[in-house]
Amino acid sequence: MYKQINHKAWFLVAPVVILVAFNAIIPLMTVVNYSVQETFGDNVFTWAGVQWFEQVLHSDRFHDALLRQILFTALVLFIEVPLGLIVALAMPRKGFWVSVCLVTMALPLLIPWNVVGAMWNIFALPEIGLMGKGLNALGFDFNYTRQPGAAWFTIVLMDVWHWTSLVVLLCYAGLVSIPNDYYQAAKIDGASAWSVFRFIQLPKLKRVLTIAILLRFMDSFMVYTEVVVLTGGGPGNSTTFLSIDLVKTALGQFDLGPAAAMSLIYFLIILLLSWLFYTLMTRNEAQ
Amino acid sequence: MRKRFLLPTIYILFLLLPIYWLVIMSFKTTNEILGGFTLWPRDFTLANYAVIFTDPTWYNGYIASIEYVVINTILSVAVALPAAYAFSRYRFLGDKHLFFWLLTNRMAPPAVFALPFYQLYSAVNLFDTPWAVALAHTLFNIPLAVWILEGFMSGVPKELDETAYVDGYSFWRFFFKIFMPTIAAGIGVACFFCFMFSWVELLLAKTLTSVAAKPIAALMTKTASTSGYQLGLLAAAGSLTLIPGAVVIYFVRNYIAKGFALGRV
Repeated sequence: MYKQINHKAWFLVAPVVILVAFNAIIPLMTVVNYSVQETFGDNVFTWAGVQWFEQVLHSDRFHDALLRQILFTALVLFIEVPLGLIVALAMPRKGFWVSVCLVTMALPLLIPWNVVGAMWNIFALPEIGLMGKGLNALGFDFNYTRQPGAAWFTIVLMDVWHWTSLVVLLCYAGLVSIPNDYYQAAKIDGASAWSVFRFIQLPKLKRVLTIAILLRFMDSFMVYTEVVVLTGGGPGNSTTFLSIDLVKTALGQFDLGPAAAMSLIYFLIILLLSWLFYTLMTRNEAQ
Repeated sequence: MRKRFLLPTIYILFLLLPIYWLVIMSFKTTNEILGGFTLWPRDFTLANYAVIFTDPTWYNGYIASIEYVVINTILSVAVALPAAYAFSRYRFLGDKHLFFWLLTNRMAPPAVFALPFYQLYSAVNLFDTPWAVALAHTLFNIPLAVWILEGFMSGVPKELDETAYVDGYSFWRFFFKIFMPTIAAGIGVACFFCFMFSWVELLLAKTLTSVAAKPIAALMTKTASTSGYQLGLLAAAGSLTLIPGAVVIYFVRNYIAKGFALGRV
Protein backbone atom coordinates (compact mmCIF):
# COMPACT_ATOMS: atom_id res chain seq x y z
CA MET A 1 0.00 0.00 0.00
CA TYR A 2 1.28 3.48 -0.84
CA LYS A 3 2.01 5.42 2.31
CA GLN A 4 1.96 9.15 2.65
CA ILE A 5 4.97 10.85 4.21
CA ASN A 6 3.81 12.55 7.38
CA HIS A 7 6.26 13.35 10.12
CA LYS A 8 3.44 14.44 12.41
CA ALA A 9 2.69 10.73 12.79
CA TRP A 10 5.32 10.86 15.52
CA PHE A 11 2.65 12.37 17.78
CA LEU A 12 0.63 9.19 17.37
CA VAL A 13 3.55 6.96 18.31
CA ALA A 14 4.82 9.19 21.11
CA PRO A 15 2.86 7.55 23.97
CA VAL A 16 4.14 4.12 22.98
CA VAL A 17 7.69 5.35 22.67
CA ILE A 18 7.59 7.09 26.07
CA LEU A 19 6.15 4.07 27.89
CA VAL A 20 8.42 1.51 26.30
CA ALA A 21 11.48 3.74 26.65
CA PHE A 22 10.78 4.16 30.37
CA ASN A 23 10.63 0.39 30.73
CA ALA A 24 13.42 -0.50 28.35
CA ILE A 25 16.09 2.17 28.37
CA ILE A 26 16.47 2.90 32.08
CA PRO A 27 16.73 -0.79 33.10
CA LEU A 28 18.96 -1.56 30.14
CA MET A 29 21.33 1.23 31.15
CA THR A 30 21.38 -0.17 34.69
CA VAL A 31 22.42 -3.52 33.30
CA VAL A 32 25.07 -1.93 31.12
CA ASN A 33 26.43 -0.04 34.14
CA TYR A 34 26.72 -3.16 36.24
CA SER A 35 28.34 -5.07 33.43
CA VAL A 36 31.41 -2.83 33.37
CA GLN A 37 31.81 -2.23 37.11
CA GLU A 38 33.16 -4.05 40.11
CA THR A 39 31.44 -3.72 43.49
CA PHE A 40 32.09 -5.00 46.99
CA GLY A 41 28.77 -3.80 48.39
CA ASP A 42 28.25 -0.46 50.14
CA ASN A 43 27.31 1.08 46.79
CA VAL A 44 30.98 1.60 45.88
CA PHE A 45 31.59 0.85 42.25
CA THR A 46 34.88 0.76 40.38
CA TRP A 47 35.48 0.45 36.67
CA ALA A 48 36.04 -3.13 35.57
CA GLY A 49 36.15 -2.82 31.80
CA VAL A 50 35.31 -5.92 29.82
CA GLN A 51 36.45 -8.27 32.57
CA TRP A 52 32.99 -9.72 33.20
CA PHE A 53 32.31 -10.26 29.53
CA GLU A 54 35.53 -12.22 29.17
CA GLN A 55 34.76 -14.21 32.27
CA VAL A 56 31.27 -15.15 31.06
CA LEU A 57 32.34 -15.93 27.50
CA HIS A 58 35.08 -18.25 28.75
CA SER A 59 33.08 -20.03 31.43
CA ASP A 60 32.05 -23.62 30.83
CA ARG A 61 28.93 -23.04 32.85
CA PHE A 62 27.68 -20.46 30.36
CA HIS A 63 28.60 -22.65 27.38
CA ASP A 64 26.73 -25.61 28.83
CA ALA A 65 23.63 -23.53 29.60
CA LEU A 66 23.71 -22.06 26.08
CA LEU A 67 24.00 -25.51 24.49
CA ARG A 68 21.11 -26.85 26.54
CA GLN A 69 19.09 -23.78 25.60
CA ILE A 70 19.71 -24.22 21.87
CA LEU A 71 18.91 -27.93 22.04
CA PHE A 72 15.68 -27.24 23.92
CA THR A 73 14.54 -24.50 21.52
CA ALA A 74 15.36 -26.63 18.47
CA LEU A 75 13.45 -29.63 19.85
CA VAL A 76 10.46 -27.54 20.76
CA LEU A 77 10.28 -25.78 17.36
CA PHE A 78 10.66 -29.04 15.43
CA ILE A 79 7.79 -30.64 17.32
CA GLU A 80 5.39 -27.75 17.87
CA VAL A 81 5.34 -26.07 14.47
CA PRO A 82 4.53 -29.16 12.32
CA LEU A 83 2.17 -30.56 14.95
CA GLY A 84 0.34 -27.25 15.28
CA LEU A 85 0.03 -26.92 11.53
CA ILE A 86 -1.34 -30.46 11.12
CA VAL A 87 -3.87 -30.02 13.92
CA ALA A 88 -5.00 -26.69 12.46
CA LEU A 89 -5.47 -28.30 9.02
CA ALA A 90 -7.54 -31.14 10.48
CA MET A 91 -9.77 -28.94 12.63
CA PRO A 92 -13.43 -28.46 11.68
CA ARG A 93 -14.15 -25.15 9.92
CA LYS A 94 -17.70 -24.43 11.00
CA GLY A 95 -20.35 -25.42 13.46
CA PHE A 96 -20.52 -26.04 17.16
CA TRP A 97 -17.26 -28.01 17.36
CA VAL A 98 -15.17 -25.03 16.28
CA SER A 99 -15.94 -23.24 19.54
CA VAL A 100 -15.28 -26.35 21.58
CA CYS A 101 -11.93 -26.91 19.88
CA LEU A 102 -10.84 -23.27 20.16
CA VAL A 103 -11.77 -22.89 23.81
CA THR A 104 -10.17 -26.14 24.99
CA MET A 105 -7.07 -25.63 22.88
CA ALA A 106 -6.51 -22.11 24.14
CA LEU A 107 -6.86 -23.21 27.75
CA PRO A 108 -3.19 -24.19 28.33
CA LEU A 109 -2.09 -20.81 26.97
CA LEU A 110 -3.99 -18.99 29.68
CA ILE A 111 -2.66 -20.80 32.71
CA PRO A 112 -0.07 -18.89 34.75
CA TRP A 113 3.35 -20.34 34.06
CA ASN A 114 4.13 -21.53 37.55
CA VAL A 115 0.76 -23.27 37.70
CA VAL A 116 1.78 -25.04 34.49
CA GLY A 117 5.01 -26.08 36.20
CA ALA A 118 3.22 -27.19 39.36
CA MET A 119 0.60 -29.06 37.36
CA TRP A 120 3.21 -31.07 35.45
CA ASN A 121 5.28 -31.52 38.57
CA ILE A 122 2.34 -33.36 40.14
CA PHE A 123 1.20 -35.02 36.90
CA ALA A 124 4.61 -36.61 36.27
CA LEU A 125 5.49 -37.67 39.82
CA PRO A 126 6.12 -41.43 39.86
CA GLU A 127 4.13 -42.08 43.05
CA ILE A 128 1.07 -39.85 42.77
CA GLY A 129 0.95 -38.50 39.22
CA LEU A 130 -1.13 -39.97 36.43
CA MET A 131 1.68 -39.80 33.90
CA GLY A 132 4.49 -40.90 36.22
CA LYS A 133 2.49 -43.76 37.67
CA GLY A 134 1.20 -44.74 34.24
CA LEU A 135 4.65 -44.87 32.65
CA ASN A 136 6.00 -46.93 35.52
CA ALA A 137 3.03 -49.28 35.30
CA LEU A 138 3.81 -49.78 31.61
CA GLY A 139 7.27 -50.96 32.59
CA PHE A 140 9.32 -47.81 32.07
CA ASP A 141 11.65 -46.80 34.84
CA PHE A 142 10.61 -43.18 34.96
CA ASN A 143 11.57 -40.68 37.65
CA TYR A 144 12.19 -37.15 36.48
CA THR A 145 13.58 -35.99 39.80
CA ARG A 146 16.53 -38.35 39.39
CA GLN A 147 17.03 -39.11 35.69
CA PRO A 148 18.19 -36.27 33.39
CA GLY A 149 16.65 -38.03 30.38
CA ALA A 150 13.26 -38.28 32.05
CA ALA A 151 13.51 -34.64 33.14
CA TRP A 152 14.17 -33.56 29.56
CA PHE A 153 11.31 -35.70 28.28
CA THR A 154 8.93 -34.17 30.82
CA ILE A 155 10.02 -30.59 30.08
CA VAL A 156 9.71 -30.96 26.31
CA LEU A 157 6.35 -32.69 26.67
CA MET A 158 5.20 -29.90 28.99
CA ASP A 159 6.24 -27.25 26.50
CA VAL A 160 4.50 -29.07 23.65
CA TRP A 161 1.39 -29.30 25.82
CA HIS A 162 1.67 -25.65 26.78
CA TRP A 163 2.48 -23.93 23.48
CA THR A 164 1.44 -26.02 20.46
CA SER A 165 -1.98 -24.41 20.72
CA LEU A 166 -0.50 -21.00 19.92
CA VAL A 167 0.67 -22.36 16.57
CA VAL A 168 -2.72 -24.04 16.08
CA LEU A 169 -4.69 -20.86 16.80
CA LEU A 170 -2.57 -18.66 14.54
CA CYS A 171 -2.55 -21.19 11.68
CA TYR A 172 -6.27 -21.78 12.07
CA ALA A 173 -7.01 -18.06 11.91
CA GLY A 174 -4.86 -17.84 8.78
CA LEU A 175 -6.56 -20.85 7.15
CA VAL A 176 -10.07 -19.55 7.76
CA SER A 177 -9.20 -16.25 6.14
CA ILE A 178 -8.42 -17.93 2.79
CA PRO A 179 -11.36 -17.13 0.46
CA ASN A 180 -13.43 -20.11 -0.63
CA ASP A 181 -12.90 -19.26 -4.33
CA TYR A 182 -9.32 -20.50 -4.07
CA TYR A 183 -10.49 -23.97 -3.07
CA GLN A 184 -13.17 -24.02 -5.75
CA ALA A 185 -10.65 -23.07 -8.43
CA ALA A 186 -8.35 -25.84 -7.18
CA LYS A 187 -11.24 -28.32 -7.27
CA ILE A 188 -12.06 -27.41 -10.89
CA ASP A 189 -8.41 -27.92 -11.80
CA GLY A 190 -8.51 -31.31 -10.08
CA ALA A 191 -5.73 -30.44 -7.64
CA SER A 192 -4.71 -33.07 -5.09
CA ALA A 193 -4.95 -32.41 -1.38
CA TRP A 194 -1.17 -32.09 -1.26
CA SER A 195 -1.04 -29.44 -3.99
CA VAL A 196 -3.87 -27.50 -2.36
CA PHE A 197 -1.73 -27.43 0.76
CA ARG A 198 1.52 -26.70 -1.04
CA PHE A 199 0.31 -24.01 -3.45
CA ILE A 200 -2.67 -22.40 -1.73
CA GLN A 201 -2.61 -22.93 2.02
CA LEU A 202 1.10 -22.78 2.76
CA PRO A 203 1.77 -19.50 0.88
CA LYS A 204 -1.25 -17.89 2.52
CA LEU A 205 -0.11 -19.10 5.93
CA LYS A 206 3.39 -17.73 5.52
CA ARG A 207 2.78 -14.59 7.55
CA VAL A 208 1.04 -16.23 10.47
CA LEU A 209 3.61 -19.03 10.44
CA THR A 210 6.42 -16.49 10.58
CA ILE A 211 4.80 -14.86 13.59
CA ALA A 212 4.18 -18.23 15.24
CA ILE A 213 7.77 -19.39 14.70
CA LEU A 214 9.23 -16.09 15.90
CA LEU A 215 7.06 -16.01 19.02
CA ARG A 216 7.82 -19.64 19.82
CA PHE A 217 11.51 -19.07 19.23
CA MET A 218 11.69 -16.02 21.51
CA ASP A 219 9.59 -17.50 24.28
CA SER A 220 11.28 -20.89 24.34
CA PHE A 221 14.64 -19.13 24.43
CA MET A 222 13.50 -17.19 27.50
CA VAL A 223 11.79 -20.10 29.26
CA TYR A 224 12.12 -19.79 33.01
CA THR A 225 9.18 -20.17 35.37
CA GLU A 226 7.76 -23.49 34.17
CA VAL A 227 11.12 -25.25 34.26
CA VAL A 228 12.11 -23.82 37.63
CA VAL A 229 8.87 -25.01 39.18
CA LEU A 230 9.03 -28.41 37.48
CA THR A 231 12.66 -29.42 38.00
CA GLY A 232 14.46 -26.42 39.53
CA GLY A 233 17.08 -26.82 36.81
CA GLY A 234 17.95 -30.34 37.94
CA PRO A 235 18.68 -33.12 38.43
CA GLY A 236 22.15 -31.67 38.84
CA ASN A 237 22.39 -28.98 36.22
CA SER A 238 20.85 -31.04 33.45
CA THR A 239 17.93 -28.69 32.79
CA THR A 240 19.53 -25.37 33.75
CA PHE A 241 18.75 -23.10 30.81
CA LEU A 242 20.11 -19.59 30.25
CA SER A 243 17.42 -17.72 32.21
CA ILE A 244 17.73 -20.08 35.16
CA ASP A 245 21.49 -19.78 35.20
CA LEU A 246 21.16 -16.00 34.98
CA VAL A 247 18.75 -15.72 37.90
CA LYS A 248 20.93 -18.07 39.96
CA THR A 249 23.92 -15.80 39.35
CA ALA A 250 22.12 -12.48 39.82
CA LEU A 251 19.75 -13.15 42.70
CA GLY A 252 21.24 -16.28 44.22
CA GLN A 253 24.91 -15.37 44.40
CA PHE A 254 24.52 -11.60 43.90
CA ASP A 255 27.33 -11.56 41.34
CA LEU A 256 25.94 -8.45 39.69
CA GLY A 257 28.81 -7.83 37.28
CA PRO A 258 28.92 -11.26 35.65
CA ALA A 259 25.12 -11.50 35.75
CA ALA A 260 24.78 -8.17 33.92
CA ALA A 261 27.39 -9.14 31.33
CA MET A 262 25.58 -12.44 30.83
CA SER A 263 22.25 -10.61 30.46
CA LEU A 264 23.62 -8.49 27.66
CA ILE A 265 25.20 -11.43 25.85
CA TYR A 266 21.96 -13.38 26.24
CA PHE A 267 19.86 -10.49 24.90
CA LEU A 268 22.23 -10.02 21.94
CA ILE A 269 22.00 -13.73 21.06
CA ILE A 270 18.19 -13.54 20.98
CA LEU A 271 18.27 -10.37 18.90
CA LEU A 272 20.73 -11.84 16.44
CA LEU A 273 18.88 -15.12 16.03
CA SER A 274 15.47 -13.41 15.73
CA TRP A 275 16.87 -11.11 13.08
CA LEU A 276 18.28 -14.12 11.21
CA PHE A 277 14.94 -15.96 11.37
CA TYR A 278 13.10 -12.86 10.26
CA THR A 279 15.36 -12.17 7.26
CA LEU A 280 15.39 -15.80 6.17
CA MET A 281 11.62 -16.09 6.31
CA THR A 282 10.83 -12.79 4.63
CA ARG A 283 13.63 -12.96 2.05
CA ASN A 284 11.56 -14.62 -0.68
CA GLU A 285 8.84 -12.06 -0.31
CA ALA A 286 11.21 -9.19 -1.03
CA GLN A 287 12.45 -10.77 -4.26
CA MET B 1 -17.13 -38.83 13.13
CA ARG B 2 -14.89 -38.65 10.12
CA LYS B 3 -11.29 -39.83 10.22
CA ARG B 4 -9.71 -36.38 9.91
CA PHE B 5 -11.13 -35.33 13.26
CA LEU B 6 -9.20 -38.11 14.98
CA LEU B 7 -6.06 -36.01 15.36
CA PRO B 8 -7.72 -32.93 16.91
CA THR B 9 -9.61 -35.23 19.26
CA ILE B 10 -6.43 -36.97 20.45
CA TYR B 11 -4.73 -33.60 20.77
CA ILE B 12 -7.54 -32.21 22.92
CA LEU B 13 -7.50 -35.31 25.13
CA PHE B 14 -3.75 -34.84 25.61
CA LEU B 15 -4.40 -31.21 26.59
CA LEU B 16 -7.10 -32.10 29.05
CA LEU B 17 -5.33 -34.92 30.93
CA PRO B 18 -3.02 -32.80 33.14
CA ILE B 19 -5.85 -30.33 33.72
CA TYR B 20 -8.13 -33.18 34.77
CA TRP B 21 -5.48 -34.42 37.19
CA LEU B 22 -5.08 -30.96 38.74
CA VAL B 23 -8.81 -30.34 39.09
CA ILE B 24 -9.71 -33.69 40.66
CA MET B 25 -6.74 -33.42 43.00
CA SER B 26 -8.23 -30.19 44.33
CA PHE B 27 -11.24 -32.18 45.54
CA LYS B 28 -9.15 -34.76 47.38
CA THR B 29 -7.87 -34.66 50.94
CA THR B 30 -4.11 -34.46 51.42
CA ASN B 31 -4.14 -37.96 52.92
CA GLU B 32 -5.78 -39.41 49.88
CA ILE B 33 -3.33 -37.69 47.51
CA LEU B 34 -0.28 -38.96 49.33
CA GLY B 35 -1.78 -42.26 50.45
CA GLY B 36 -2.81 -43.86 47.22
CA PHE B 37 -3.59 -43.57 43.56
CA THR B 38 -7.21 -42.82 42.71
CA LEU B 39 -8.66 -41.64 39.41
CA TRP B 40 -11.67 -40.11 41.14
CA PRO B 41 -11.77 -38.55 44.64
CA ARG B 42 -12.88 -41.13 47.23
CA ASP B 43 -13.79 -38.57 49.90
CA PHE B 44 -15.04 -35.66 47.84
CA THR B 45 -14.11 -32.50 49.75
CA LEU B 46 -14.49 -28.77 49.22
CA ALA B 47 -12.23 -27.98 52.17
CA ASN B 48 -9.39 -26.78 49.93
CA TYR B 49 -11.62 -24.22 48.28
CA ALA B 50 -13.06 -23.17 51.62
CA VAL B 51 -9.56 -22.28 52.80
CA ILE B 52 -8.99 -20.04 49.79
CA PHE B 53 -12.31 -18.23 49.96
CA THR B 54 -12.09 -17.52 53.69
CA ASP B 55 -8.45 -16.45 53.94
CA PRO B 56 -7.98 -12.83 52.73
CA THR B 57 -4.32 -13.38 51.77
CA TRP B 58 -5.54 -15.97 49.28
CA TYR B 59 -8.45 -14.20 47.68
CA ASN B 60 -6.67 -10.84 47.65
CA GLY B 61 -4.13 -12.52 45.42
CA TYR B 62 -6.84 -13.03 42.83
CA ILE B 63 -7.97 -9.44 43.07
CA ALA B 64 -4.39 -8.20 42.71
CA SER B 65 -3.75 -10.37 39.67
CA ILE B 66 -6.92 -9.32 37.90
CA GLU B 67 -6.27 -5.68 38.73
CA TYR B 68 -2.88 -5.47 37.08
CA VAL B 69 -3.90 -7.61 34.12
CA VAL B 70 -6.87 -5.36 33.36
CA ILE B 71 -4.84 -2.14 33.76
CA ASN B 72 -2.15 -3.56 31.53
CA THR B 73 -4.54 -4.70 28.80
CA ILE B 74 -6.39 -1.39 28.63
CA LEU B 75 -3.20 0.66 28.74
CA SER B 76 -1.34 -1.43 26.14
CA VAL B 77 -4.16 -1.50 23.62
CA ALA B 78 -5.07 2.17 24.15
CA VAL B 79 -1.59 3.47 23.37
CA ALA B 80 -0.96 0.85 20.69
CA LEU B 81 -4.04 1.87 18.65
CA PRO B 82 -2.84 5.30 17.44
CA ALA B 83 0.72 4.03 17.05
CA ALA B 84 -0.40 1.09 14.91
CA TYR B 85 -2.46 3.50 12.81
CA ALA B 86 0.62 5.67 12.26
CA PHE B 87 2.69 2.65 11.23
CA SER B 88 0.04 1.32 8.86
CA ARG B 89 -0.84 4.63 7.16
CA TYR B 90 2.16 6.94 7.15
CA ARG B 91 5.85 6.98 6.46
CA PHE B 92 7.76 9.11 8.90
CA LEU B 93 11.29 9.74 10.05
CA GLY B 94 12.76 6.51 11.39
CA ASP B 95 9.53 4.50 11.20
CA LYS B 96 11.14 1.18 10.26
CA HIS B 97 13.83 1.47 12.92
CA LEU B 98 11.26 2.40 15.51
CA PHE B 99 9.11 -0.61 14.61
CA PHE B 100 12.07 -2.95 14.91
CA TRP B 101 13.20 -1.35 18.17
CA LEU B 102 9.71 -1.92 19.60
CA LEU B 103 9.87 -5.56 18.59
CA THR B 104 13.27 -6.03 20.19
CA ASN B 105 11.59 -5.35 23.51
CA ARG B 106 9.36 -8.34 22.95
CA MET B 107 12.60 -10.33 22.75
CA ALA B 108 14.02 -9.12 26.05
CA PRO B 109 14.11 -11.98 28.55
CA PRO B 110 12.28 -10.98 31.76
CA ALA B 111 15.13 -12.56 33.71
CA VAL B 112 17.42 -9.83 32.36
CA PHE B 113 15.16 -7.06 33.58
CA ALA B 114 14.07 -8.47 36.93
CA LEU B 115 16.67 -6.75 39.09
CA PRO B 116 16.77 -3.34 37.31
CA PHE B 117 12.97 -3.26 37.32
CA TYR B 118 12.96 -3.81 41.05
CA GLN B 119 15.28 -0.83 41.50
CA LEU B 120 13.42 1.36 39.01
CA TYR B 121 9.97 0.81 40.48
CA SER B 122 11.26 1.18 44.03
CA ALA B 123 12.78 4.50 43.02
CA VAL B 124 9.49 5.84 41.63
CA ASN B 125 7.54 4.54 44.65
CA LEU B 126 5.36 2.15 42.72
CA PHE B 127 6.82 -1.03 44.20
CA ASP B 128 4.18 -3.47 45.47
CA THR B 129 1.31 -1.81 43.61
CA PRO B 130 -0.65 -3.25 40.68
CA TRP B 131 0.58 -0.29 38.64
CA ALA B 132 4.18 -1.45 38.85
CA VAL B 133 3.35 -4.85 37.37
CA ALA B 134 0.96 -3.37 34.81
CA LEU B 135 3.58 -0.89 33.61
CA ALA B 136 6.35 -3.47 33.61
CA HIS B 137 4.25 -5.82 31.48
CA THR B 138 3.71 -3.11 28.87
CA LEU B 139 7.36 -3.74 27.93
CA PHE B 140 6.40 -6.86 25.99
CA ASN B 141 2.67 -6.27 25.50
CA ILE B 142 2.79 -2.90 23.73
CA PRO B 143 5.11 -4.18 20.97
CA LEU B 144 2.88 -7.21 20.51
CA ALA B 145 -0.31 -5.11 20.43
CA VAL B 146 1.20 -2.69 17.90
CA TRP B 147 2.32 -5.64 15.79
CA ILE B 148 -1.10 -7.31 15.77
CA LEU B 149 -3.13 -4.11 15.30
CA GLU B 150 -0.88 -2.90 12.51
CA GLY B 151 -1.59 -6.15 10.68
CA PHE B 152 -5.33 -5.71 10.97
CA MET B 153 -5.24 -2.02 10.03
CA SER B 154 -3.18 -2.66 6.90
CA GLY B 155 -6.03 -4.87 5.73
CA VAL B 156 -8.45 -1.91 5.76
CA PRO B 157 -8.38 0.02 2.46
CA LYS B 158 -7.08 3.58 2.66
CA GLU B 159 -10.14 4.85 0.78
CA LEU B 160 -12.12 4.50 4.01
CA ASP B 161 -9.96 7.15 5.68
CA GLU B 162 -9.98 9.43 2.65
CA THR B 163 -13.76 9.31 2.21
CA ALA B 164 -14.27 10.15 5.87
CA TYR B 165 -11.92 13.14 5.71
CA VAL B 166 -13.68 14.38 2.56
CA ASP B 167 -16.98 14.08 4.43
CA GLY B 168 -15.57 16.46 7.03
CA TYR B 169 -14.71 14.06 9.83
CA SER B 170 -11.90 15.18 12.11
CA PHE B 171 -9.12 12.67 12.69
CA TRP B 172 -10.22 11.58 16.18
CA ARG B 173 -13.90 11.49 15.30
CA PHE B 174 -13.11 9.27 12.30
CA PHE B 175 -10.85 7.13 14.45
CA PHE B 176 -13.41 6.46 17.17
CA LYS B 177 -16.62 6.43 15.13
CA ILE B 178 -15.56 4.63 11.97
CA PHE B 179 -12.12 3.13 12.20
CA MET B 180 -12.27 1.39 15.55
CA PRO B 181 -15.55 -0.45 14.82
CA THR B 182 -14.05 -1.57 11.50
CA ILE B 183 -11.12 -3.26 13.18
CA ALA B 184 -13.08 -4.51 16.22
CA ALA B 185 -11.83 -8.05 15.55
CA GLY B 186 -8.24 -6.84 15.65
CA ILE B 187 -8.82 -5.04 18.94
CA GLY B 188 -10.36 -8.22 20.33
CA VAL B 189 -7.41 -10.34 19.29
CA ALA B 190 -4.90 -7.77 20.62
CA CYS B 191 -6.73 -7.61 23.97
CA PHE B 192 -6.71 -11.39 24.13
CA PHE B 193 -2.96 -11.61 23.61
CA CYS B 194 -2.22 -8.78 26.08
CA PHE B 195 -4.45 -10.37 28.69
CA MET B 196 -2.85 -13.73 28.11
CA PHE B 197 0.79 -12.66 28.36
CA SER B 198 0.15 -10.44 31.38
CA TRP B 199 -1.89 -13.08 33.21
CA VAL B 200 0.65 -15.84 32.75
CA GLU B 201 3.90 -13.91 33.33
CA LEU B 202 5.18 -14.31 36.86
CA LEU B 203 8.87 -13.62 37.11
CA LEU B 204 8.36 -9.83 36.91
CA ALA B 205 5.04 -9.89 38.76
CA LYS B 206 6.71 -11.68 41.65
CA THR B 207 9.77 -9.44 41.69
CA LEU B 208 7.74 -6.23 41.73
CA THR B 209 5.40 -7.13 44.59
CA SER B 210 5.84 -8.18 48.19
CA VAL B 211 2.61 -8.24 50.19
CA ALA B 212 -0.16 -5.93 49.05
CA ALA B 213 -0.20 -6.73 45.35
CA LYS B 214 1.13 -10.28 45.35
CA PRO B 215 -0.41 -12.18 42.42
CA ILE B 216 -2.33 -15.34 43.17
CA ALA B 217 -0.06 -17.64 41.24
CA ALA B 218 2.93 -16.43 43.24
CA LEU B 219 1.09 -17.11 46.49
CA MET B 220 0.92 -20.76 45.58
CA THR B 221 4.53 -21.28 46.54
CA LYS B 222 3.59 -20.71 50.15
CA THR B 223 1.64 -23.97 50.27
CA ALA B 224 4.94 -25.75 49.82
CA SER B 225 6.85 -23.81 52.43
CA THR B 226 4.69 -23.02 55.45
CA SER B 227 2.62 -25.90 56.75
CA GLY B 228 4.13 -28.92 55.09
CA TYR B 229 3.18 -29.77 51.56
CA GLN B 230 -0.53 -29.13 51.02
CA LEU B 231 -1.01 -30.53 47.56
CA GLY B 232 -4.80 -30.29 47.69
CA LEU B 233 -4.65 -26.59 48.46
CA LEU B 234 -2.07 -26.06 45.73
CA ALA B 235 -4.30 -27.87 43.24
CA ALA B 236 -7.36 -25.84 44.29
CA ALA B 237 -5.51 -22.52 43.88
CA GLY B 238 -4.19 -23.69 40.53
CA SER B 239 -7.63 -24.79 39.34
CA LEU B 240 -9.07 -21.39 40.17
CA THR B 241 -6.46 -19.66 38.01
CA LEU B 242 -7.90 -21.49 34.99
CA ILE B 243 -11.21 -19.64 35.20
CA PRO B 244 -10.34 -16.06 34.06
CA GLY B 245 -8.50 -17.41 31.03
CA ALA B 246 -11.40 -19.66 30.08
CA VAL B 247 -13.83 -16.73 30.35
CA VAL B 248 -11.68 -14.50 28.14
CA ILE B 249 -11.16 -17.11 25.44
CA TYR B 250 -14.88 -17.79 25.41
CA PHE B 251 -15.52 -14.14 24.49
CA VAL B 252 -12.91 -13.85 21.76
CA ARG B 253 -13.39 -17.28 20.19
CA ASN B 254 -15.53 -15.86 17.38
CA TYR B 255 -12.83 -13.42 16.30
CA ILE B 256 -10.40 -16.29 15.93
CA ALA B 257 -12.98 -18.55 14.28
CA LYS B 258 -13.58 -15.86 11.65
CA GLY B 259 -9.89 -15.83 10.90
CA PHE B 260 -7.27 -13.20 10.32
CA ALA B 261 -4.24 -13.09 8.10
CA LEU B 262 -2.08 -10.49 9.84
CA GLY B 263 -0.38 -7.92 7.64
CA ARG B 264 3.34 -7.34 7.53
CA VAL B 265 5.46 -9.38 9.85
